Amino acid sequence: MSSFIASCSASLSRLLAIANKELIQMRRDRMTFAMMIGVPLMQLMLFGYAINTDPKQLPTVVVAHEQSPLVRTILQGLQNSGYYKLEHNVADYAQADALLAKGEVSFVITIPSGFTRKLIKGERPQLLIEADASDPAASSNAISRAQTIIDSALRHELKGSLSELNAGLSPVDLVIQRRYNPQGLTQYNIVPGLLGVIITMTMVMITGMAMTREVEQGTIENLLAMPAKPLEVMIGKITPYVGVGAVQTLIILLAARYLFDVPFTGSLWLLLAAVALFIIANLALGFTFSTLAKSQMQAMQLTFFFFLPSLLLSGFMFPFRGMPHWAQWIGEVLPLTHFLRIVRGVMLKTADFNSIKYELAAILAFTLVVGVIAMARYKRTLD
Amino acid sequence: MASKELAVDVQGLVKRFGDKVAVNDVSIQLPRGEVWGFLGPNGSGKTTTIRMICGLLSCDEGRGQCLGFDILKQATQIRRLTGYMTQKFSFWNDLTIRENLDFVARLYQLPQRKSLVNDTLEKLQLQHRQKQLAGELSGGWKQRLALAAVTMHQPQLLLLDEPTAGVDPQARRDFWDEIHHLTASGLTVLVSTHYMDEAERCDKIVYLAHGQLITQGTVHDIIRDAKLFTYKAIGEGVRLAAEKLRAQPGVAHAAYFGAALHVSGYHQAALLHAIQTITPTIHWQQVDPSLEDVFIALMDSAGADKRSYQ
Repeated sequence: MSSFIASCSASLSRLLAIANKELIQMRRDRMTFAMMIGVPLMQLMLFGYAINTDPKQLPTVVVAHEQSPLVRTILQGLQNSGYYKLEHNVADYAQADALLAKGEVSFVITIPSGFTRKLIKGERPQLLIEADASDPAASSNAISRAQTIIDSALRHELKGSLSELNAGLSPVDLVIQRRYNPQGLTQYNIVPGLLGVIITMTMVMITGMAMTREVEQGTIENLLAMPAKPLEVMIGKITPYVGVGAVQTLIILLAARYLFDVPFTGSLWLLLAAVALFIIANLALGFTFSTLAKSQMQAMQLTFFFFLPSLLLSGFMFPFRGMPHWAQWIGEVLPLTHFLRIVRGVMLKTADFNSIKYELAAILAFTLVVGVIAMARYKRTLD
Repeated sequence: MASKELAVDVQGLVKRFGDKVAVNDVSIQLPRGEVWGFLGPNGSGKTTTIRMICGLLSCDEGRGQCLGFDILKQATQIRRLTGYMTQKFSFWNDLTIRENLDFVARLYQLPQRKSLVNDTLEKLQLQHRQKQLAGELSGGWKQRLALAAVTMHQPQLLLLDEPTAGVDPQARRDFWDEIHHLTASGLTVLVSTHYMDEAERCDKIVYLAHGQLITQGTVHDIIRDAKLFTYKAIGEGVRLAAEKLRAQPGVAHAAYFGAALHVSGYHQAALLHAIQTITPTIHWQQVDPSLEDVFIALMDSAGADKRSYQ
């Protein structure tokens, strides 16, 4: 019995010795330590404050072919509901359609001429709400509330002899069109988005580790002692992975087409050009991470630290417009945000170069900034 | 020395890591065609000095030339003409022997690459193993591969950082034969080592401790300049005496050479007094101090490893 106790207590002291050694090493590895504190904090902030699955204040354009107190009441009601933010008023439907295609607005509300007259006559005039359903989650609540909002707004206005219009069917025949994704299928939104997510994750991680591997194994000393210029090393390191990204793109596009039946309405070449730029942006970022990280483990952690906000704030998982402004600003910095707009635009909305040029410019600017940092950080010496 | 052209001519090199001085005011004038040994305890700044000479580390102070190029401004040119073999095997373990050589040849943009790689493999006698991964080679073969790889571009200066650490005696001998073979064609070599027999094969020795250049010269010069007296004893009781002898004034060091104990001191009378006080019954015999005696004495007087980086 006593020997049993002795063996128990001995193993406990050894256990504590190992735990202690682990604690010491954890404390020494500052990056891991920072990650252990930083990631939960980041998750708290993002999930707690930034993410909102019930987006409000969605930008809306109104094409009103007539103005009347009743029309103003309806529009006011929509505005007051908090879901619709009536930002634009255009007379020309083509203009409104272009805004929707670019993604600058989420809804187009069209009020036909003769609307008020028909309404008063009890003829149930049509009121058209077109929603950008390329992200079905973003618009679904606003759409489902529209009828209620309109009815309750009118109820206050239709008084006296008009009050009978409130009884029975709604006085307005609300027509809702889910544009770009009529059935509201989430895979139309998710699968093109996945292309960006997968490229972000793998490209940043692979290049981040490729360079730190040289550091970890000591081969960097040899590489530096030989006559290779930093630009040659960087581009040489990145190039093979552009090929990897191309294969990933091919697989996802084929799966989108044949497994998930996602429509492809735009130009394939335009999309491929954007993918190429996006791959390079992520590879440049990975290379920059590898100049910051001291080990492959740290490169992985940095990748994760970047990947988390990319996933949450880009509009991939949660509606971009549902987030508070500060989160949207962070999102605007991330290349994935812009890439998602491009890939959804080109595949679902037949976007042309003109309507995605600002997104392309944003990714290009990101690439240049990150590339300059990488070049500045890459050392030709071991200092 | 002045009559010969210098391959390495550096003055007052200083390198700091944080507030620790790794190399302090080191000057080296290495003539072309000579083999110099770089000695000193671990952490004495040998690796740091070598890295500064070939431009892998920037120096905080000092200036100089390497093969006629400024070490501060013309690192690129120096790299093309220098072969640097790192302390740790730093070729790619997950590339085959041939792929490693081919990669090096491509980075140096060497002409007739394929036949050059073939010739190198033949010289190494590794043709039949050329498709083996470099990581699978034994320590000795790794070093031979590394030497072949860093000399493929026919450098004028070879910097070898402890090339034979952890290599068996026969492989060490072969390695040095190869170095002498290379110097026969005019190559200049600076090699750091901890082995005395290797140091004795060098034209001159530079001894570093705490980042400072303590002494330099031929093996003979260094032993003579140390002005050390050494006594040797074998037998029962010698082991027990070593600890007491070290504590005696007049004893610079007491160290074993095989079964024999060597004690050395800078003053013969004080040394004799010490050994007669501690070990009156043991017979001591005066011997010429070896290079190792001198280095142990130098190391003891210079103190412990103060290296703080890596």
